[in-house]
Amino acid sequence: MIYVYLFWVFFKIGLFGFGGGMAMISLIRMEVVDHYAWLTASQFADLLAISQVTPGPISVNTATFIGYTQAGIVGSLVATAALVLPNLILMVIVLKYYLAHRDSKYMRSVMSILLPVVAGLILAAALMMCKDGIFTSVTTVGIFVVVLVLNLFTKVNPILLIVMSAVVGYLINNSLPVAI
Amino acid sequence: MKKASLWTIFYEFLKIGAFTFGGGYAMISMVERALVKKRHWLSDMEFWECIALAQALPGVFAVNMALYTGHRINGKKGAGVAAAGAVLPSVVIICLIASFFYHLRDNETVQSIFTGIRPCVVALIFAPGLKMLRKAMQSDPVRPAWVALLIALLVMVLICGFAFSPVYIIIGAMVAGAIMALGRKPRHSRKSQEKTKSK
Repeated sequence: MIYVYLFWVFFKIGLFGFGGGMAMISLIRMEVVDHYAWLTASQFADLLAISQVTPGPISVNTATFIGYTQAGIVGSLVATAALVLPNLILMVIVLKYYLAHRDSKYMRSVMSILLPVVAGLILAAALMMCKDGIFTSVTTVGIFVVVLVLNLFTKVNPILLIVMSAVVGYLINNSLPVAI
Repeated sequence: MKKASLWTIFYEFLKIGAFTFGGGYAMISMVERALVKKRHWLSDMEFWECIALAQALPGVFAVNMALYTGHRINGKKGAGVAAAGAVLPSVVIICLIASFFYHLRDNETVQSIFTGIRPCVVALIFAPGLKMLRKAMQSDPVRPAWVALLIALLVMVLICGFAFSPVYIIIGAMVAGAIMALGRKPRHSRKSQEKTKSK
């Protein structure tokens, strides 16, 4: 029975979760903390914190974690598959329509508005992240500027940039006598 | 453009999935680098259209992005392996954490590493936002570039200043786009347009 519940909850979250990671969190919290009580509020806060230090989309992390704690490996697979299933179904429908009408004036007009709108959404998400106490020192601002410039104007692999930033973060906290 | 093997697509997305800190948006830079700049599987414009589609639809953004770019590269199978590759690392890692390392985040080394990673991730989200904005400013031969800039700024003000939900903004944008199309003449095909643009 737990598999059915897991499937149903995460299918709903996948279907109605709009607008990416942070926007989905309140929906996830409503289901797994308030409704099913699979996690307490403080466990949920822990989970969010863990999600921030592990790779992957926050909703996938949550689904995997709750599935695992409720019903082991199979539970984690069921929850994650249920979360992703609406994406798959919608893709099949949307692509059929989109590819057939890609050159219609309606689709091109919608796309030409969506491009600047989504650019605005991404930039807004980046701006909102700046508020979370990330830029606490000259070094962190420096990392931001260097990564931004390198990513915009060179072909340096972003994965390398992340690894280098991690090394810098470790060094400024551990081996320099004075905090910069 | 040569067809990509499913294994190569899976491998590229697996690598990206393992380094996606800070949510799906942080993935955009890596996907762009892997698919457009390194492998040349997609053109610039195709890529940004996939991003717009991925964001406009419900569901996990990172998974949508993998599905749409993967589909463009190698059909339904490409979409499947791309999404599986993107999600697999986080599933494995979270299962490990759930069973062994629950207190990982309190670890001092992890904390210090992340003081470096966080500003990097913010930059890795800013950069594709700016690149997409530049593409958006060139995307429509009829519309002046500053209109696209204005639209993006308006969206940023609505989200950051007034806490608007992205859902309504996206739905509103799609409706506006459809209405505006009523007054337009159908144009010549996209193929010839791309050719003239990318010399």
